[in-house]
Amino acid sequence: MNFFKETDVVVIGGGIVGTAILRELSKYKLRCLLVEKEPDVSTGTTKANSAVCHAGFDAPTGSWKQKTNVRGNELYHRLQEELNLDIKWTGSLVVATSEEEVQQLQVLLERGKANGVPGLQIITKEEVLEKEPNLTTALAALWAPTAGVVWPFGCAVAFAQCAVQNGAEVICDCAVTGFVKENNAVTVVNTTKGPIRAKCVINAAGIYAEEIAKLAGDDSFTITARKGEYILFDKTAASSLVYGVVFPCPTEKSKGILVCTTTHGNTFIGPNANEQFSKEDTSVTSAGMDEIIAGARKLVPNLPMGACITEFAGLRAASDTGDFILGASKVPGFFNAAGIQSPGIAAAPAIAEVVVEAIGKEMYLRKKDNWNGRLPKKTAFNRMTGAEKQKAIQDNSLYGRVICRCETVTEGEIVDAIRQPVGARTVDGVKRRTRAGMGRCQGGFCGPRVTQILARELGIPVEKVLKERPGSELYFKKFEE
Amino acid sequence: METKTMNCIMCPMGCEMTVTLENGKFVSVTGNSCPRGAKYAETEVTDPRRMLTTTVRIKGGLLPLLPVVSADVLPKGRIADCVAYLRNVTVEAPVKAGEIIVHDILGLGVDIVASREM
Amino acid sequence: MKLYDIVIVGGGPAGLSAAYSAYQNGARQILVMERDREMGGILQQCIHNGFGLHHFKEELTGPGYAGRCIALIKDLPEIETMTDTMVLSVTKDKLVTAVNPEKGLFTVQGKTVILTMGCRERTRGAIRTAGERPAGIFTAGAAQRMVNMEGYLPGKKIVILGSGDIGLIMARRMSLEGCKVQAVCEICPYSNGLTRNMVQCLYDFDIPLYLSHTILKIKGKDRVEGVTVAKVDEKMCPIPGTEFDIACDTLLLSVGLIPENELSMAAGVEMAPFTNGPRVDQRRQTNLPGIYAAGNVVHVHDLVDFVSDEAEIAGKFAAMEAAGTLLPAVNTVEVSAVNGIRTCVPQVLHLPEEGEPVRLFMRVGAPDRKVTLEVKCGDEVLMKKMLPVVKPSEMITLDIPAGKTKLMHDKIEVGLQLKG
Repeated sequence: MNFFKETDVVVIGGGIVGTAILRELSKYKLRCLLVEKEPDVSTGTTKANSAVCHAGFDAPTGSWKQKTNVRGNELYHRLQEELNLDIKWTGSLVVATSEEEVQQLQVLLERGKANGVPGLQIITKEEVLEKEPNLTTALAALWAPTAGVVWPFGCAVAFAQCAVQNGAEVICDCAVTGFVKENNAVTVVNTTKGPIRAKCVINAAGIYAEEIAKLAGDDSFTITARKGEYILFDKTAASSLVYGVVFPCPTEKSKGILVCTTTHGNTFIGPNANEQFSKEDTSVTSAGMDEIIAGARKLVPNLPMGACITEFAGLRAASDTGDFILGASKVPGFFNAAGIQSPGIAAAPAIAEVVVEAIGKEMYLRKKDNWNGRLPKKTAFNRMTGAEKQKAIQDNSLYGRVICRCETVTEGEIVDAIRQPVGARTVDGVKRRTRAGMGRCQGGFCGPRVTQILARELGIPVEKVLKERPGSELYFKKFEE
Repeated sequence: METKTMNCIMCPMGCEMTVTLENGKFVSVTGNSCPRGAKYAETEVTDPRRMLTTTVRIKGGLLPLLPVVSADVLPKGRIADCVAYLRNVTVEAPVKAGEIIVHDILGLGVDIVASREM
Repeated sequence: MKLYDIVIVGGGPAGLSAAYSAYQNGARQILVMERDREMGGILQQCIHNGFGLHHFKEELTGPGYAGRCIALIKDLPEIETMTDTMVLSVTKDKLVTAVNPEKGLFTVQGKTVILTMGCRERTRGAIRTAGERPAGIFTAGAAQRMVNMEGYLPGKKIVILGSGDIGLIMARRMSLEGCKVQAVCEICPYSNGLTRNMVQCLYDFDIPLYLSHTILKIKGKDRVEGVTVAKVDEKMCPIPGTEFDIACDTLLLSVGLIPENELSMAAGVEMAPFTNGPRVDQRRQTNLPGIYAAGNVVHVHDLVDFVSDEAEIAGKFAAMEAAGTLLPAVNTVEVSAVNGIRTCVPQVLHLPEEGEPVRLFMRVGAPDRKVTLEVKCGDEVLMKKMLPVVKPSEMITLDIPAGKTKLMHDKIEVGLQLKG
């Protein structure tokens, strides 16, 4: 049999979980690669979520969610510096707006303490208003100082780059179509690019983890898509919203509709939570937008709706077990990192540890002596000091050409984002890496220019440049040659 | 006698005009604010004409396209033919603003000129 | 650091007209900074004709109009121009910091600054249209640039939301390019474009116009496949049961323009309600001394000719201020838009002893016919103007002679005379 690749471990899925696992694997003396069905990493649940690095008081004590959340949160404090991750340690508030909810805060506090979350405390209305002056309906709140907001795409890309820098491989446009088993153990992963021989397979396929597991013969769980819709505001509106992460009191289904300001200063409201049959439908709905506006108004009565710049929806991978599904399955050589919904972002680095540890029980793992966990230091142009800007332009004059006006993203940064390891191949890929197109004009000005830069750098015609997935070409040729 | 109402397109005012016709022939017009409107009304009911603006390809210019404009109005029914013709025109930079790109397009007696220099 | 009489942020028609006017009025060191690869601003992509009848007394195309403005300043050593240059900040002390590939990061000092950054288009996000986020949704202006300057089409089968002039112009453009324009949908019960554009861009091509209709949902996951349209009631709410689908691969949005004032706001320029632009006086000076603003950054104009007119005002007074010849203002008069007038620029007058000619630019809130515009100070009617037709999409201008402004005190009201 001719193999497309031969390796030790295949990670399926290039979201924040898959990339974190690949990075963890790259610490060891083994061959590992990641396959992603889309043209870029970070295109599924990782691209549309609340971006919160939860403190860890929500999940039931003893659950995977709890353990990996608390541990993951701790890990990010170190990873932030090593991988230049964008994280704002804002702390989070769970706001009670009724006496009943004030009681609920106590329950959360107790659980948080049992979960090992440091620094939790219930604060008064006055203390809430001191932190967040627009939360005029608050009666009290649970303050969790260790929570933060992350830049999820940046994390996934950084994890992948770190792994690649240490010898791992990321293969995009590569969908898994089946498995070959010998003596019941998975030995080959069939993909749209050809069969990959492997000793171990890790299923980090997000919303499709159930389908992948079933292909391998593991039917022990199901994954339901639970849609969450969001509305994002312009930076100029942040002062009339919130500085950090603000939750309402949670319900059984979700942590509720929150109001949160991202690492780059845009506030969003959302998500709602609606289970759906389709695993593809990420449309926003009128009813959904109304729902999240109404929900957010309970926390911030005066929402600056004139300042919203985009709406989007993501699908959470909700498992029927209610918890993350981590580690070995009944199929030898097949491991799961499945059912990763909230607090998945916070948990991802810890999930990676758990899964790789499980692999270590079946495979002899030896650490590399020369593993390099640091990525080259990189500062976005709009965050550079004057002297740094001057230097960057001297080194590469393309840093002197601003392509995205709203976010002040330069051509130099866009070219770098395309050329660097696990580089951008699509307009949305450039957006996730550089923020070009994420501002108030939503790519109105820079979209065409980014498309032209991609075409030039990738050596493909403009009409072949994708927005995101195959079939999302943006332009047609005006003249036949 | 019949009447037709129309909006003048000669300038942004867009005067609403009433044209009187007899046996399909122009008789008079009311509602216009200037003589250009009267002229437009007359041709609009007998031989409607439009300006044409489009692009032709250019080699060696700042841009791949050069915007062009008809030096005068063209018969409305022939606009599509003119566009089709211009799609196959390629010029070489430099071009001056107002330079004739196509002389007497399709024999209609109107030149196509460059809208800008390039 | 280089010192200029006037630093102009933006090299579109407003910036260019302001520069030339400043030169004519005695300024000798003028800098115009433009972020695009050439001067002229958005006009360079507006290849259609219809520009310049007021200002140049001749009908020009967009590039033609831009070319005229550029030609006026091109050979003047007093006016320095920089392209490919992005202004990153303007301070209240008139320090302007910019970046370009050649010079890197640099700061210049202006005795005065004129803000002429223009406006940008409202996006899908601003109007909260339901659906996926496929390729094929463009603002009309972004599509116009690709079609007219770069040589690419945004799609083949088009629906346009919004009947503003850009939407109408693009309907014709796409039709001429061989695309099928399926429909133009307009949420208002009237078109928001010039009548001449309705005629020559829609009627000429038999493109259906759905008034009082909006797009409820965009269909398609990777590329647009269609839109769901519905009729709206008087409150612009969709009427259940009126939905229908239109197949298309592209949705062009022409749903409004927003003055681009992030630099102004960061500098501390006070914004006016409704116009989304700086609050300016008759000289087009903002609340910050020496910082002027003109063109679409102040309020969205209907015609570029008026942009030039307004920029000439700003250029003239900025030049006078730089030369120290500006007459001191002794009389502050607030300008209020009332009775059917939605916006009026300037919002305040700072008048010298002997008065000063004032040009007002106004827009109405709703279309009307045979109305009388009045300028009142207290109960006294200072000026009247009969208007045969008024539309929200078309600006009204009124020139008040210096003599009349001497009669003003405290506050004037600009409104339509109540009928009956």
